[in-house]
Amino acid sequence: MTTTTITDSGHDSHHDEGSYLTPHKGGAFATIIQWATTIDHKKIGMMYLFTVLGMFMLGGVAALLIRAELWEPTRILADGTITGQLFQSDSTSGYLTYNRLFTMHGAVMVFLVIVPGAPATLGNFLLPLMLGAKDVAFPRLNLLSWYIYVLGAAFAVMSLINTGADTGWTFYTPYSSSHAGNTYGNIVMMTTAAFILGFSSILTGLNFIVTIHKLRCPGMGWFDMPLFVWAMYATSIIQVLATPVIGITLLLLIFERVFHVGIFDPALGGDPILFQHFFWFYSHPVVYVMILPGMGIATELIAVHCRKPVFGYRAIAFASLGIAAVAFLVWGHHMFASMGELANAVFSALTFFVAIPTAVKVFNWIATLYKGSIALNTPMLYALSFLFLFLIGGLTGLPLATLATDMHLHDSYFVVAHFHYVMMGGTIIAFVGGVHHWWPKMTGKMYTEWVGIVGCLLVFIGFNVTFFTQFFLGLQGMPRRYASYIDEFQLLHQISTVGAFTLGLGFFIQLGNFIHSLIAGKKAPPNPWGGLSLEWYIESPPSEHNFHAEPILTHGPYDYEDVYPPHCDPADFPLPEPKPEGNAAH
Amino acid sequence: MSTIDAQTRVSDPAQPGWKRYKFADHFRNAEDEFDACKLGFWLFLATEVLLFSGLFCAYAMFRVKYPEAFAAGSHHLNVWYGGTNTLVLLASSFTVAMAIRCAQLNNQKWLRINLIITIICAFLFFFIKLNFEYIPKWGEGIRPGLLYSNPFAGDPMEPIWWSVYYAATGIHALHVLIGAGLLIWCLVRSFRTTQYGPTHYTMLENSGLYWHLVDVIWIFLFPLLYLIH
Repeated sequence: MTTTTITDSGHDSHHDEGSYLTPHKGGAFATIIQWATTIDHKKIGMMYLFTVLGMFMLGGVAALLIRAELWEPTRILADGTITGQLFQSDSTSGYLTYNRLFTMHGAVMVFLVIVPGAPATLGNFLLPLMLGAKDVAFPRLNLLSWYIYVLGAAFAVMSLINTGADTGWTFYTPYSSSHAGNTYGNIVMMTTAAFILGFSSILTGLNFIVTIHKLRCPGMGWFDMPLFVWAMYATSIIQVLATPVIGITLLLLIFERVFHVGIFDPALGGDPILFQHFFWFYSHPVVYVMILPGMGIATELIAVHCRKPVFGYRAIAFASLGIAAVAFLVWGHHMFASMGELANAVFSALTFFVAIPTAVKVFNWIATLYKGSIALNTPMLYALSFLFLFLIGGLTGLPLATLATDMHLHDSYFVVAHFHYVMMGGTIIAFVGGVHHWWPKMTGKMYTEWVGIVGCLLVFIGFNVTFFTQFFLGLQGMPRRYASYIDEFQLLHQISTVGAFTLGLGFFIQLGNFIHSLIAGKKAPPNPWGGLSLEWYIESPPSEHNFHAEPILTHGPYDYEDVYPPHCDPADFPLPEPKPEGNAAH
Repeated sequence: MSTIDAQTRVSDPAQPGWKRYKFADHFRNAEDEFDACKLGFWLFLATEVLLFSGLFCAYAMFRVKYPEAFAAGSHHLNVWYGGTNTLVLLASSFTVAMAIRCAQLNNQKWLRINLIITIICAFLFFFIKLNFEYIPKWGEGIRPGLLYSNPFAGDPMEPIWWSVYYAATGIHALHVLIGAGLLIWCLVRSFRTTQYGPTHYTMLENSGLYWHLVDVIWIFLFPLLYLIH
C-alpha cells in the first residue's frame, strides 16, 4: 500500500458553494419543497433519520407503558385508567389494551425502526460517500422509498389511532384472520402498513446492491471497501430476497381477513402452519437485516477509535455474506412446536451454523481491539457496549436453538431477553453509536462529549437492568405477553421496570444532546476522529455533490499504520513505530 | 449549484431524443448507467419471482393435502381459454422483443407497431380472463373460500382450490395490467422527445424484461392450473 493521499483537487476553491444543508435562497417554503423533492442521498438519509427517530419514540413509549403495567402482578391498565382511555378500548377488558400495546411496540420497532433504521439512514448517507460516488445508483427510487416508508408509517399510526391490533407483531393466523376479538379494520391496516414498508425495504436494498457493484470509485476493488459497505451488501441481499415472501404472505393474510379465502384458516380447510412457514421465511432472515448493519457500524467504530487495521478484513467480509446465506436456512427454529421431530432436529442443527460466522466477527473485533490505542469516547463506548451486549444476546441464542432446553425456555421471558439483547443491545446500540460517530459529518456540529458518555452509561446500565432480570424471569417460567403474573415474580419485574425507565432517561439525554448540538454545538472539523475512509476526506457537512472531483483510492480504509488521516494534525494521530519485520496486520 | 439532475441532456432540439440523451450525472458513462439499470431490474425481477414462489408453495402444499379437490376444480377450467391466453402472451413476448430489436436498429416505425401489438395482446389476455373466466365463474357461485356458493362442487374442499386459483391468476392479472401500463408509457415516450434508439433504450429493454416475466409466470401457471388434473 502506498501512502499518498486521495485526490480531491480544487478543494478550497469550491468552499463558497455551501453544504447540502444550506437552505434554499427562496425562503422557508422553497427549502421545504427542495427537501421534499430532493434526490440527494444525504438529504434522504437525514429525512429517514428523523422519521425513524419519531417512530422509535412511539415504539419506546409503548415499551415504557408495558413496563409500567407490569409493576403490579395484577392488571392495572383497566378502561378507567389514563392508558385505557387513551386507547379507547372497545372491549370491557383492559387486557386487550395491553395486547395492543405490545403489538404496537413490536410492529413499530421491527417494521418501522430496526429494519429500515441503519440501512436507510446511515446507509443512505454513508454508502455513496464511502464508495466515492456522487449518489446512489437510482436517486429517484431512493426518494420514492422514503415516501413509501412514510405511507406505511401513516397506516401503522392510523391503526393505532383506531385502537390498534392485538395479534402481536407476528400476525399469527387464525387469530389474526378470523377472531372476533380483533377490530376488523385494524389488522388489515397494520398488515397493509407492513406490506407497504416491504416495498420501501426492497427499493433500498436493490439500490445499494447496484450502487456497490457499479459506483465504486477508481482504485476501489471489492476488498478495499470499508466493512460497513460489506455489511450493507449482505443486508441488501437479504432485503431483496426475503421481503417479497412477506409481501405475498401479508397479501394473502389481507385476502383471508377480508374475503375469508381459507388458505390460512383451519376452519375452512386452510393451514395456519403454512402462514408460520411463510412468515418466518422472511422474518428470520430479516433478523440479519437488523443485525448486519449493526455489525458493520461496530467494525467501523472499533477500527477508527482504536486506530488499528481491522484484524481479518476478509474474514469479516465473508462472515457477513455467510450470515446472509445461513439466514435463509434456519426459519424453522421459530416453529419447534408446530413441526415434526426430524424437521426440528434439522433446523436446530442448521441454527448452530449461525454461530460460526458470528463468532468469527466477534473474535476479529476483539483481536482488533488488542493492543490498539483505544479512545474511550462516546462512539467507542457504544461499540464496546455493543460487543458486550451482543455477545450475551448471541450466546443465549444457543440454549434456544437446542431442542431440549428450548422446550423449557420457549415463549418465556428468556426469549424476550434474548432477542432484546440482540435487537436492541446489538442493533440499536450500534446504530446510536454510529449516529454519534457520523453526527459531525452529517450535521457539521459536534455534540457535547461528556453528556454523550453519561447518556451511553445510563443506556448501558438501564439496558442490562431491564433485560438481564428477564433471563431469570424466563428461567423461572414467566411466559411472555402476559399482562399479569404470580406474586413471586414481582421483585424481578419491578427491577426490570426501573431499568426500562433508566434506559428511557438515557435515550432522552442523548436526544437532548443532539438537539443542543444542532442549536449551539461547536462546528465540526472535517475529520474529528482521524478516520481514513472516503467520507472523512470531504468537509463536514459535505457539499451537495459530495466530492469536488472524482476521488481515486490509493489506500485501504484501515491503513492506520501507514497513512496520516486527512484534515488532521499528524501529531494527533501519530503513525506507530515501524516494525522490524514488516506489518503483521496485513 | 443545483441538485444532481438525474437526466443531464445536451440540449440540441434538432437531434432525435435518443441522441440527445447523455446519461445521469452520477454515472461515469452511458454503459455504466445501462448496466446498473439492467442489474437493478434483474434484482427486481428476482423479487417478483419470489413473490410468486409463495403462491406456488401454497399450490403445492394444498395439492398434496387435497388432491381430489384440485382435480375436481381443475376440471371446471376450460383449457381453450387458458390455451388461447398462452398463445396471446407468447406472441406478445415475441413482439416486445422485436420492439427492442427495432430500437437497436433505429427503426422507429416498427418499434411503435410492435409495441402497439404487444399492448393489444396484453388487453386481449385480460379481456379473455375477465370476460370468459372470472365473470361467468363468479356468477355461478364459483368463488374463493367462504364466498363459494356453487351447489355442484366436486369435492368439499374445492373452495380452497378456487382460493389458490383466484389469488394466483388475480395477482398475475394485476401484473399484466402493470406491464401494459409500462408498455403504454414506453409507447408515449417513443412519440415524444425521449424516443428510443441504438444508444438509448434502457426503459424499453426493462419493460420488455418485465413483460417476459409476466409471460414466464403464466407459462408455469397454465399447466399447473389447467392441464394437470
